[in-house]
Amino acid sequence: MQMDKNSYKKYADARAKKSPCAKNCVCAFLFGGLICAIAQGLKELYMTFLKEDDAGTLVSVTLIFIAALLTGVGIFDRIAKHAGAGTLVPITGFSNAVASSALDAKGEGFVLGVGAKIFTIAGPVILYGITAGAIYGVIYYIVTLIMK
Amino acid sequence: MENLIRIPKPVYILSSASVVGQHEKNGPLGEYFDIVGDKDDTFGCDTWEKSESEMQRLALSRALNYACMKDTDLEAILAGDLLNQCAGSSYGLVSFETPFLGLFGACSTAAEALLLSSLLCSSHMTRCAAVSSSHNASAERQFRYPLEYGGQRAPTAQWTVTGSAAFISTSCKDDFAQAAHNGEPVPVITEAVIGKSIDAGITDANNMGAAMAPAAADTLLRYFRESGMQPSDFDIIMTGDLGFEGSSILCDLTATEGLDISAVHCDGGLIIYNRETQDKHAGGSGCGCSAVVLAAQALRGIRTGQIANMLFIGTGALMNPTAIQQGASIPGIAHLIRITADIV
Amino acid sequence: MDIILPYLWAFIIGGLLCVIAQILIDKTKLTPARILVSYVVAGVILGGCGIYKYLIDFAGAGATTPLTGFGYLIAKGIREEVEKNGLMGVLTGGITAAAAGIAAALIFGLLVAICFRDKRKQ
Repeated sequence: MQMDKNSYKKYADARAKKSPCAKNCVCAFLFGGLICAIAQGLKELYMTFLKEDDAGTLVSVTLIFIAALLTGVGIFDRIAKHAGAGTLVPITGFSNAVASSALDAKGEGFVLGVGAKIFTIAGPVILYGITAGAIYGVIYYIVTLIMK
Repeated sequence: MENLIRIPKPVYILSSASVVGQHEKNGPLGEYFDIVGDKDDTFGCDTWEKSESEMQRLALSRALNYACMKDTDLEAILAGDLLNQCAGSSYGLVSFETPFLGLFGACSTAAEALLLSSLLCSSHMTRCAAVSSSHNASAERQFRYPLEYGGQRAPTAQWTVTGSAAFISTSCKDDFAQAAHNGEPVPVITEAVIGKSIDAGITDANNMGAAMAPAAADTLLRYFRESGMQPSDFDIIMTGDLGFEGSSILCDLTATEGLDISAVHCDGGLIIYNRETQDKHAGGSGCGCSAVVLAAQALRGIRTGQIANMLFIGTGALMNPTAIQQGASIPGIAHLIRITADIV
Repeated sequence: MDIILPYLWAFIIGGLLCVIAQILIDKTKLTPARILVSYVVAGVILGGCGIYKYLIDFAGAGATTPLTGFGYLIAKGIREEVEKNGLMGVLTGGITAAAAGIAAALIFGLLVAICFRDKRKQ
């Protein structure tokens, strides 16, 4: 019992059952790959009547819609339980993070509940995406000035 | 310092009642729970916090019913849950006309409430109720992610039990006559050890068993050092919700101190679900876990004569999400009560 | 074969990007929220360096669908706006490029909250 905190933590971590990483990776690959292949199909379909950029945007919107709907009917989390990063990393994961947070906060009202908490998980993604972009923009601006 | 509290006069657990959700009903103890909720575990309420409160109300109403008592017969209700400000208890028990003490002991709350009710019933009062609850959905919301968020659980993570149990304790033997008691053995609380908050340095909120096990070991070691008892004197030593990880750590920790409990140890978190078929990872947890297992398994064992002498150790991880985000580790706590069988 | 090839590469590259995240989750205990943030920032950096463009040319939706693609979109939008409007583009480019994705997620999220109720875990 006279174990200090560090050695107890090491002992507990060492004996803790590990996630089945190999199995998880296979599932992530298959689900993630499938979502991307579907996206590719949608893109080629949309490109029959849209410009490439607009088709790409519409593909994202379609996936976001499907993921939000599956979240609402309570199926997304059951798929994600197996798919892991396979549904998290594609844009579907972003959509699920937004929709599940919004749905979760419904009981606390639509302004400070849904309105504020919709960003709980997605907020950091937007914040750091935009910030990293802005830093890149400043660097790019300075580089172009020097190049001139 | 003497840690062992000998309850000055016998305090009987007059009645108990358990309320659970669907996952618990489908577990090995399913048929022994008194009330099972609707298939969505909402208990007819529009928010999960209200559902949890409703479970407490149902549990205490049923326990009072079994005891043939009214709320005004009780001198105090001691209750707690996992929600902020113990909202599950304070809202759930508001309809009872009884003085109310709100408790927080994380998942050890059932033991804490029973320990305090036995002290109260043996001194200044005669009849108390102990109630605790947890609801998987309200706990997920408060401590983890939104319910519909698509994430994976770690293998060491435990599943918060949807359940609530209420226990009516009394030091008046005559109460059994009223409750149409048929002469079967009754559970008596005779000894108690209050747990210490022990921070063993675990920071992983997905490994609560490891955070709680050192506290359980500490309480058990203090009990056996001072009581002069042996593990073999007991039919079972039941911890609340250490789960798979915590249970084996506990047996390891006590064994290194020369106390072998493995032959009689069982854990509420391990027996409430079927580990093979129910995909509950390291087992059940939550204020409701130890409470409903105590009511449906251990006390039933005493009443049916299978158990004559047991220790119940309510284990709790005193986890605070803010502190975890600030990098703090999780203290654990474990309160012990000894329950024996008596013929009234 | 030529018809199948874009799908195959989308599948493989998209799947591999997910596998990297899965390994990070399982081995480093990074929370999913941190993974998402890392992926978007990685997308901005790779997009800014001009590397991600090649991956998109090669794997199509396999590179645009993962959140790194979202980061790439932000970097691309900012570069174009900086070229057009100078320093002001630093502030306008990113959100403009990400507008459709963010707006769709928020609006659909709100609709979901209006239409459904969350259910207990299975």
